[in-house]
Amino acid sequence: MAAGGVRWGPAAVAALVAAAVLGPLAAVALRGGEVAALAPADWAALRFTLAQAAVSAALSVLLAVPVARALARRRFPGRGLFVTLTGAPFILPGIVAVMGLVAVFGRSGWLAAGLAPLGLPPPRLYGAQGVVLAHVFLNLPLAVRMILNGWAAIPGERLRLAAALDLPPGAVVRHVEVPMLRAVVPGAFVAVFLICTTSFAVALTLGGGPAATTVELAVFHAIRFEFDLARGAALAGVQVMLCTAAAAAAGALAAPSGLAGGLGRVAALRPRGAWLAAQDAAVLVSAGLFLALPIAAVLAGGAAALPVLPDAVWPAAARTLVVALPSAALAVAGALALSGGRRRQAAGMLPLAASPLALGTGLFLIVFPLADPAAVALPVTVAVNAILALPFALRLIAPARAEVAAAEGRLARSLGLPPAAVWRLVILPRLRRPIGLALGLAAALAAGDLGAIALFAREGGETLPLLVQRLMAAYRMEAAAAAALVLAAVSFALFAAFDLWGRRADA
Amino acid sequence: MLTLEAMRIEAGGFRLAADWAVPAGARVALIGPSGAGKSTLLAAIAGFQPLAGGRILWQGADLGPLDPGRRPVSILFQDNNLFPHLTVAQNLGLALNPHLRLGPGDRARIAAALDRVGLGGRGDDRPGRLSGGEQGRAALARVLLRPRPVLLLDEPFAALGPGLRADMLALVRAVAAEAGALTILVTHDPADARRFAQTVAFVHAGLAHPPADAAALFAAPPPALAAYLGRE
Repeated sequence: MAAGGVRWGPAAVAALVAAAVLGPLAAVALRGGEVAALAPADWAALRFTLAQAAVSAALSVLLAVPVARALARRRFPGRGLFVTLTGAPFILPGIVAVMGLVAVFGRSGWLAAGLAPLGLPPPRLYGAQGVVLAHVFLNLPLAVRMILNGWAAIPGERLRLAAALDLPPGAVVRHVEVPMLRAVVPGAFVAVFLICTTSFAVALTLGGGPAATTVELAVFHAIRFEFDLARGAALAGVQVMLCTAAAAAAGALAAPSGLAGGLGRVAALRPRGAWLAAQDAAVLVSAGLFLALPIAAVLAGGAAALPVLPDAVWPAAARTLVVALPSAALAVAGALALSGGRRRQAAGMLPLAASPLALGTGLFLIVFPLADPAAVALPVTVAVNAILALPFALRLIAPARAEVAAAEGRLARSLGLPPAAVWRLVILPRLRRPIGLALGLAAALAAGDLGAIALFAREGGETLPLLVQRLMAAYRMEAAAAAALVLAAVSFALFAAFDLWGRRADA
Repeated sequence: MLTLEAMRIEAGGFRLAADWAVPAGARVALIGPSGAGKSTLLAAIAGFQPLAGGRILWQGADLGPLDPGRRPVSILFQDNNLFPHLTVAQNLGLALNPHLRLGPGDRARIAAALDRVGLGGRGDDRPGRLSGGEQGRAALARVLLRPRPVLLLDEPFAALGPGLRADMLALVRAVAAEAGALTILVTHDPADARRFAQTVAFVHAGLAHPPADAAALFAAPPPALAAYLGRE
């Protein structure tokens, strides 16, 4: 039976993924076994991580509800664009978002310029409030998409029933919308919470100090500056436990997907009245400005600073591509191999228990006795990003794979197509769309990654995100703005190229 | 000779048994109420439904160890008989070369098969541009290209109107005769069964009865069949 050889492949991939996740984590556990290595500052980091993640998630979801509601019940020109733009933060590198926020909310930013004539002091961006602000900026759109999906999924029959019974608006809210929110909001909260617990770029640039250090950042400091590997490993272990608990909670709540799904139709829910319309308009305009202004600031600031674009940008851009393309290819190849069965998919979800710095620390501990960490910075970054992107790629690809198997699997088997032909002629062409989307997301995530690379790379070995961060840290803000623009362009170009390729399916 | 030897299927609370044989080249109809197991019986012969007991043999050889694609069987399902992203010609080409490496000779055979089912010139269309009847014809054309001695039809024309269905069944008869294939047709419609089949097997209450002569069976149906047919 030819099938024997086929089943062997995915099992090997599953084992490889498990080894790639559990190997570094084992190295972390062996080295950081004793929690005694943790200093009081590290417990403060854990508390801050939990607190800022909880506040960021709560604010993101609270603000997302009115935005999603306004989007759900209004039709206006530019609505499609608004919804599309809520997808942008998936691909916007964290460090670029920080650049934009600094340009708008920083000491000499646009907001400070507006406040000064009123005699008001400039806002203070650095510290806990900056970390939360950045997390809300990055995750509000995700929460909006998830909750908007919830509105779109309200069965039309239920709205028709409400209309037939002539329920007043308050009753519609109570019987239709609140039950939906009760189902969707916890999942959205936990998803954002999980993302915020592993935040590194934001904490590195806007946080820091005893009051605003996350566990990820503490790992980085312990290894990079204090060279205290035992403490770094113990912190990485704490991070893994945190991720595992949050991922388990997210899994139990079945986090709604913000990535795909029809966000088009919720027409039946359109209330009348100028007051409500004004309210929705105000919500949408404020949210739109909050999300668009920092991006506009990156574009404007970067364009103005292009004349001082540092030469280091081009080699850094080349390194970024060297990281992003293989990482995306590996993540998607792994997702394809693991998409065929439930147990294999479980293996593909293992990376959710890890964070970039935890995996990076484990690999650092493995590599350090053998080789110069800086020499393997790029391969390690490729591996870490491929592993971390795998669950996302799998989530995009597995449902489509199951659909193809259900619709055409029997036909392929009845014709006796050999496995290679099934892959080439059936699975790959039918999955082209999710494959394109997954490649685009994985490439953009890897291009924007500032985790493993910061741990491993030395001066002169930067990728674009690391270059932007180091220029910022050196207060070369113009050069950083120019480099951030190049990074944003690279990320968006990678995403758009792969996604367009995928959309040409069935053309 | 296709032999169902003390064959038993069990799935959850569902059970079906059969113990009979039909000769090569015969035309058999399976009729019976929904959920009786007509499609499941076809799936078992095609290799998609594992057996709880007994064997299915073709010319004395047990089909049990064979994957669906290795069995001497072509099957047309109710739907999804064509890959929607491949052209009609490519769908037919899969019967000639599963990797679609097709030479000029192959292309000529595909064109001839399409002509034979009245779809000449439609080879470059995607299945989505074909009507339901045309999709059925295209699937039959693929059967023509790789004739196998057993042809199973799981109500592939159920969605067509009566006139079109009669045309399709006539085409199936012609295709089966050309290939010399044993043909088993699942249908709800006694008229289809009478028109198409020499023998009819009634599937009811967990049992697939042995095929009986169509004319005689319908002339004097046993009580359960009479009830199904709505005759007192």
